[in-house]
Amino acid sequence: MTFSNFFRWMLAAAFTAQCFSASAQQLIPAQSEIVFVSKQMGVPVEGRFQKFSAQLTFNPSKPGQANIAFTVDMASATLGVKETDAELPKADWFNTAKFAQATFQSTGVKALGAGKFEVSGKLSIKGATQNVVVPVSLTQAGANTTALGTFTLKRLAFKIGDNEWSDTSMVADDVQVKFKFALAGVAKL
Amino acid sequence: MTSEASLSVARYSLTAIVLHWLLALALFGMFGMGLFMTDLPISPLRLKLYNWHKWAGVTVLSLSLLRLIWRLTHQPPALPEGLVQSMPRWQRLAHHATHHALYALFFIVPLVGWAYSSAAGFSIVLFGVLPLPDFVPADKALAELIKPWHEISAFAMMALVFVHVAAAFKHQWISKHRLIQRMLTSSHTNQP
Repeated sequence: MTFSNFFRWMLAAAFTAQCFSASAQQLIPAQSEIVFVSKQMGVPVEGRFQKFSAQLTFNPSKPGQANIAFTVDMASATLGVKETDAELPKADWFNTAKFAQATFQSTGVKALGAGKFEVSGKLSIKGATQNVVVPVSLTQAGANTTALGTFTLKRLAFKIGDNEWSDTSMVADDVQVKFKFALAGVAKL
Repeated sequence: MTSEASLSVARYSLTAIVLHWLLALALFGMFGMGLFMTDLPISPLRLKLYNWHKWAGVTVLSLSLLRLIWRLTHQPPALPEGLVQSMPRWQRLAHHATHHALYALFFIVPLVGWAYSSAAGFSIVLFGVLPLPDFVPADKALAELIKPWHEISAFAMMALVFVHVAAAFKHQWISKHRLIQRMLTSSHTNQP
């Protein structure tokens, strides 16, 4: 390989990489979080997932072509208390031995204006799938985009907290999910 | 002096008597509950008892505050005649020290429990509807630091309750000073 050939090859590789990064957006996990708040006898108890990933194709000006997919490692859930963390992987709760991952797959994205979007999709946890509509608001600073949103799911629809824990006077059916996703490579709003 | 007059004893006010026995009952109940629930595995029963314990604890704290205010604004009845004179100096000191320490613990035990709950990240929602403020931040290290002190202070309180009860029985049945009548509403007793 001559030097000029090598140079040409490098240029082509760099160009391809740039095209690739421009077409798909990346989640920056270290700056992102998924928090869930359940209510135990009226007491809000906060937990979070520490491991999750995303496959994103999203251009704010073409929401109809967006494809958003998330995968959450259910065993990475923590309430910050050793004793309760030991309970979460069990069959009555997340049953991580059988259902290691929860997934979200978008089916449609609607722009509401002013950086606000409505993402519809299928949320699958513990072998059950539910349609959800998630409001998301985007803010941009430099090259980074932050997506914030909150939605409520019914834990019993996914059999989270089954059997003796299905009593909603003890643990409310509504679980609030709050997320903050730091994204790279999203086009300007 | 008629025999009836000599039998009558100066009593605490009805409010003081009711608060005394209500809180006595509550303290024994809470102590037993605390011992029982902390040994339970994680279960709905454990969650339920923990929350009831916190709700009851806040109620006890409120009643203790009411009781303290009442005690500070109402002169307690004089000790039965002859009792004070019969007590050696150390007993008189112990009598005051025990009461002061008990009153302090009526506040320390529930407040430390409340602080632990907050530090552990579980705010107290009274009766499941009224969120109470956290006066310490949710902080795992702080929670570990506070944790043993709720139990230690509760055991200290129960030890003093034992001393208190033992002293009352001693004065009642050994020294025969008819002390317990001060804390009873009935004017008739089986004491001679």
